[in-house]
Amino acid sequence: MNQHSPLSDARPLLDVQGLSKHFPVPGGTPVRALDDISFSIGRGEVLGLVGESGSGKTTIGRSILRLIEPTAGRITFDGTDLMTLKGRAMRQERRRLQYIFQNPFSSLSPRMTVGQILTEGLDLQKIGTRAERLERARTALSQVELSPDTIDRYAHEFSGGQRQRIGIARALTMAPEFLVADEPVSALDVSVQAQIINLLRDLQLRLGLTMLFITHDLGVVEYICDRVIVLYLGRVMEIADSADLYAAPRHPYTRALLDSIPSADPGADRKRITLSGEIPSPMNPPSGCVFRTRCPHAEARCAQAAPPLEEVAPGHLRACWRPDVAGQPL
Amino acid sequence: MTDLNVETAIAPAPRRKVARRGPIVRALGRFGANRYAMTGLAVFGLTLAAVVLMPFVWKDPNGIDLLAINKPPGAGHPLGTDGIGRDVLARLLAGGRVSLLVAGVSTLLSTALGFFIGALAPFGGRFADAAIMRVVDLAMTLPPVILLLVLASITGPGIVPTIAVISLLSWPLLSRMVRSRLLELRERDFIIFARGAGAGPWHLVMRHGLPNTIDILVVYATLQVANAILLEAGLSFLGLGVPPPAASWGNMLNAARSTVVLQSYPWQWMFAGGAIVLTVVCINLIGDGLRDAFDPRADLE
Repeated sequence: MNQHSPLSDARPLLDVQGLSKHFPVPGGTPVRALDDISFSIGRGEVLGLVGESGSGKTTIGRSILRLIEPTAGRITFDGTDLMTLKGRAMRQERRRLQYIFQNPFSSLSPRMTVGQILTEGLDLQKIGTRAERLERARTALSQVELSPDTIDRYAHEFSGGQRQRIGIARALTMAPEFLVADEPVSALDVSVQAQIINLLRDLQLRLGLTMLFITHDLGVVEYICDRVIVLYLGRVMEIADSADLYAAPRHPYTRALLDSIPSADPGADRKRITLSGEIPSPMNPPSGCVFRTRCPHAEARCAQAAPPLEEVAPGHLRACWRPDVAGQPL
Repeated sequence: MTDLNVETAIAPAPRRKVARRGPIVRALGRFGANRYAMTGLAVFGLTLAAVVLMPFVWKDPNGIDLLAINKPPGAGHPLGTDGIGRDVLARLLAGGRVSLLVAGVSTLLSTALGFFIGALAPFGGRFADAAIMRVVDLAMTLPPVILLLVLASITGPGIVPTIAVISLLSWPLLSRMVRSRLLELRERDFIIFARGAGAGPWHLVMRHGLPNTIDILVVYATLQVANAILLEAGLSFLGLGVPPPAASWGNMLNAARSTVVLQSYPWQWMFAGGAIVLTVVCINLIGDGLRDAFDPRADLE
């Protein structure tokens, strides 16, 4: 029972504790895609998840909806432990959690009309009559600012941006409370990206959605996210309020990421950290702190043990052994 | 003025008075616009009508006219007679019934069998996939002639055993093709969405598997009709298919194994051969038309 009023609800809508995902490799050590990830999202909050390719962003997003089965961890959504739900109960719960896919070209069936795509989830969940489902589909189309006329066209008749809108509309037909947006704009033209971001922001505010926003674009994060998790090689490096993170990153990796954003002012004199090399293989991660192989501040103890995620300022957590690096002005 | 512009830009376009036609109607429309496919359909339709209806009004295919043995086409016997004085046209029509029945039913059976087995493998889980594909491998390694002999010795010759044997021999190839297409499809995001929404194997196979393999099925089915007609001919030749005196295009064609018939009485095999060629060509044209018609990308105006 939820005894708090929604406004004073201290309990997060989604709480993830100790999430791990290891992919078995035949005849090799398993790939540790995620290692002990913990975070929570409050109702109505937009949480950003940033990191390089291969850092486990998508794995986290899909694990939450159990589109892939995590190896370990507890995922609590609105008081329900999703990991213990089986078959039917999980499907019912999934109405409340929806996923927006990265690639709008593989997320829509080429053989279905928009109407069929939008009502498929409702059909499967046996929600409403056929007329009601179509009505929901039309409503969702207008929510993403597409004409209801599009309902009997095929997905290939639309541009990338329009297809992504259809993908968003499909999520909305289920009337979700929680959205995982998995790099929803990275497959789109820059000019279209802004439209989709604005649309998502708009929908999030209007419908009171809670969102996990996965991206590798820090410029987008600053605009849409309330809080940000920085991920590296399947481990959390830093969690902070968006404004806080941009103003004063506490982790060398975050700082390197922020430094990599091109500056509009060529005269600006910045001390930059630039990363060299590649993200290490998750099959054979470095000992201790996984970032140490690319960290300019690494020292001997970084190789010995992984740094714990510690609160360095209110609501600001980071995993780093070097207290002297913390809070260095940018 | 600016207010007006903003208004029109934001308001959704008014719904057209004429609703867009549904996908199936549009597919049929595309099919109808395909001249080759329609020609194929017309000729095949005529053949089918003749084969189904004509035996009621024409001669008995087993009636023997001893005064007209090995007669060339002419009055009374428009396509001539065979070695024991039976009317070739009557046998062609009766044989068409048998051949088209065998080909049609065995194609339906083997396409359905091949599709469902091939489609359930990728959507039924890792264990089901491995188990099903080993069965497919096994079925592919069966030597057809030996299998035929065994089956025929159990059931005896006839139309039903012929259909069964042809169906059982042909499906594994289709299963492999369907499976490989769906293995690729399975990793696409729209399948992941459907699974997340609670789609079971049946939904995935029928709503996603079937529409996305329709081109494979149509091509396979058209080839299989031709194949089945020829297999039936081969079986009949071995005495394991449709037994004489019943006619089929296959066993009429087999009359040509005698050099005398081949050289001197071409009407006894030529029309049966021609009927097979014509039917196969028509079905191929229809198949191509269907494949193009059901491809939604073909609708880009």
